[in-house]
Amino acid sequence: MLEVKDVNSFYGKAHVLNDLNFRVDAGTVVALLGRNGAGKTTTMKSIMQLVKPRSGTVTYKGQNITGWPSHKVARDGLGYVPEERRIFTQLTVLENLEVGRQPPRDGSTTWTETMVFDLFPNLAERRNNLGKALSGGEQQMLTIARTLMGNPAFILLDEPSEGIAPVIVEQMARVILQLKSEGLTVLLSEQNLHFAQAVADGVVIIEHGTQKFVGSLSELQAHPEIRDQYLSV
Amino acid sequence: MGLFIAQILTGLANAGALFMVASGLSLIFGVTRVVNFAHGSFYMLGAYVGYSLMQVLPGMVGFWGAILLAGIIVGLIGVIVEICVLRPVYSAPELFQLVATFGVILVIQDLALMIWGPQDLLGPRAPGLKGVIRIMGEPVPQYDIALIVITPFVAIALWYLITKTRVGTLVRAATQDREMVSALGVNQAWLFTGVFFLGCALAGLGGALQLPKGGADLLMDFTILGSVFVVVVIGGMGSLPGAYLAAVIISVLNVFGVTYAPQSTLVLMFVVMVIVLMFRPFGLLGKEEIAGEHGQVGEPERPIKPAGNRMRLLVAAGLLILGLLPFYSGNFAVVLVTDIMIFCLFAASLHFMLGQGGLVSFGHAAFFGGGAYAAALFVTYADTPMELALVLAPICAGLAAIVIGWVCLRSTGVYFAMLTLAFGQLLWSLAFQWGDVTGGDDGLVNIWPSDWASDNDVYYYIAFVLCIGGILLLRQAAHAPFGYAMRAARDSARQAEAMGINTKRIQWVAFTFAGIMAGLAGGLFVFSKGSIFPNELETARSFDALIVVFLGGVKTLSGGWVGAAFFEGIKDYLTRFEYWRLALGLSIIFVVILGPEGIVGSLRKAGERFGILKVPEDAT
Repeated sequence: MLEVKDVNSFYGKAHVLNDLNFRVDAGTVVALLGRNGAGKTTTMKSIMQLVKPRSGTVTYKGQNITGWPSHKVARDGLGYVPEERRIFTQLTVLENLEVGRQPPRDGSTTWTETMVFDLFPNLAERRNNLGKALSGGEQQMLTIARTLMGNPAFILLDEPSEGIAPVIVEQMARVILQLKSEGLTVLLSEQNLHFAQAVADGVVIIEHGTQKFVGSLSELQAHPEIRDQYLSV
Repeated sequence: MGLFIAQILTGLANAGALFMVASGLSLIFGVTRVVNFAHGSFYMLGAYVGYSLMQVLPGMVGFWGAILLAGIIVGLIGVIVEICVLRPVYSAPELFQLVATFGVILVIQDLALMIWGPQDLLGPRAPGLKGVIRIMGEPVPQYDIALIVITPFVAIALWYLITKTRVGTLVRAATQDREMVSALGVNQAWLFTGVFFLGCALAGLGGALQLPKGGADLLMDFTILGSVFVVVVIGGMGSLPGAYLAAVIISVLNVFGVTYAPQSTLVLMFVVMVIVLMFRPFGLLGKEEIAGEHGQVGEPERPIKPAGNRMRLLVAAGLLILGLLPFYSGNFAVVLVTDIMIFCLFAASLHFMLGQGGLVSFGHAAFFGGGAYAAALFVTYADTPMELALVLAPICAGLAAIVIGWVCLRSTGVYFAMLTLAFGQLLWSLAFQWGDVTGGDDGLVNIWPSDWASDNDVYYYIAFVLCIGGILLLRQAAHAPFGYAMRAARDSARQAEAMGINTKRIQWVAFTFAGIMAGLAGGLFVFSKGSIFPNELETARSFDALIVVFLGGVKTLSGGWVGAAFFEGIKDYLTRFEYWRLALGLSIIFVVILGPEGIVGSLRKAGERFGILKVPEDAT
């Protein structure tokens, strides 16, 4: 469904991503693993075209989306959930959802506020609160909920378990599996291997912007030395 | 009592146009992070377009239709400007956008001159609202009442649009995080354009609405800009209710000022602003402004290095040529080069705090004109000799810079810039309105050098020594530890603080130092000309300096004086053309978009390409 081919990205003169190659099949959850600063967020941004790859291609549903404006990528069904919970703090929960709303798209669920609140009951109670009044976990839920309002077929989740309470991390894992069961495809970036193990089918490991391992979760589990070398457990 | 109420009503009526222009400016800034300097020009266009439409459209429907249409047309002109001028520079540092909008001001000024001619146009009275009504015996124009009623409706409609509709929600979201909005599937480019349309349409509407009260003239753009900045700063950037409140306060204050203290109307406004900011640094209803996003244009900044031997030789040769000028050229050249050197010092002083310190000041003319006025006042009232006056001018400018810097540096970024502009306007209004002391519009005359220095050639050498000395001193400061601290405070204030640098004090000292040097330039200027007029304190003068700094190259060490020399050198030739503003404005816009490194930066690049200059190793 999504294919990243020979992608190289730069910040100014700094070479951040080096020949990335991987694909995510429809209906699967792939975990992009790596330590802090490995290039996970840049990979996400390069797919969203928030960072334009200098070479290589990103193909989504058979279409080359490299160089597209980000809003067009989003409208094509790629939903991006940024790290650090970039919600609009000066807007209420409902207004945050409104910003994410996009018209229905063929073949994907059309999300409404009610459905989103069913998924995240905590948010329902706080619908009229400003974003800045939410707890860290609630903010993380809101970023996912906001992206769902755009009716994506594919979600990019950037470090969803970062800095939130363990009980919410568990809830997050359940949500991801539920989304998967509803037919969504997910690429999530993680430092937390335990979390990834709970949800992922496939794994991509990167370090210093270079791909070190691509395979299924069971393949990774069969090679603990790879895990020890590239991930802090 | 009747008079009191009538005056409040007049103030409320005047607040209408001011509110519309200010809210438009605030809206555009909130989303695009561009301080649209040309906003006063859109206001002026609104008045002119409205005037022309009213000539064609008859009757009451025609009058109000013309106002509405003027708003829409000006909004569309704004869209053209946004797409052609601003879109290419959104990712550039703030200063580039400012300079670009300043280019737009010049272009619009000349276009208005071409289309509507130089004479002031008297606005038609509103059909059906030509009379007055009596309130407690005092006459209040019916049109004023209409304005008082209309403005809150516009304000409420705007408030509804921003807080209750989807578009408004997107606008507010974009104000906070543009990238995220676009990642959620919203086309930012059109959101920006839409906001620009709305903001400019509001300015146009304001301009057309005030036609029956004020007409249309070519000075409207700058006249309103000062007040609009004051309103936005007092009300709080991005707050609509704040803009309305501040517009009412300022307008009512002005009306009372005209009655009770006619000589201080302009000053009053700025005094109120300073008082408000002392207690509420982000305005009455504003929130703390998060510093604007800064992008990089082209390459990252290069480390500053002392000049190499070859460059020193070149500079020495240049100084020799300059120093021998009176021996091989005529009077005209000597006087011209004197002026150029003075302007170079002025520009270099701004460039110092702007380039090294990141302090973008819109009111640097306050110190140039301030120094000039200080010298002139000492000569006029205390018979001070030139030698002493030339010492006192920078001292007075420096003292002014200490006070103004203290207030302005409490804010950062856009607020800082607007505050400096407001202080510049404050000094200008002092010079302009305090006629008994400053001579008002007639200025101060007969300020000549001492006898020994009255010869043009001798005065040339005085200017030569002081200006070159000043420029070298400014340059030296950039290489001193003080310069390092300034750049640290500019690039990363918090890290600099954490390293033990008192960034505010560094900036304050830099601001004062720049003020002193500008004051010296002002002192030299007044003795060179023999007179001083309020226009040396005008905002336009501050902008002159900003533009030459920009054209010279912000990121280079010599950009200030090189730009000034170039600009002052061609100005004499350029201003002979009727529409030189148009040409200058267009070339500024082109430079912003095509050659943002300025003269020095582009020359350096060319030099490196052709192997004349060495490419530094860290710039590969």
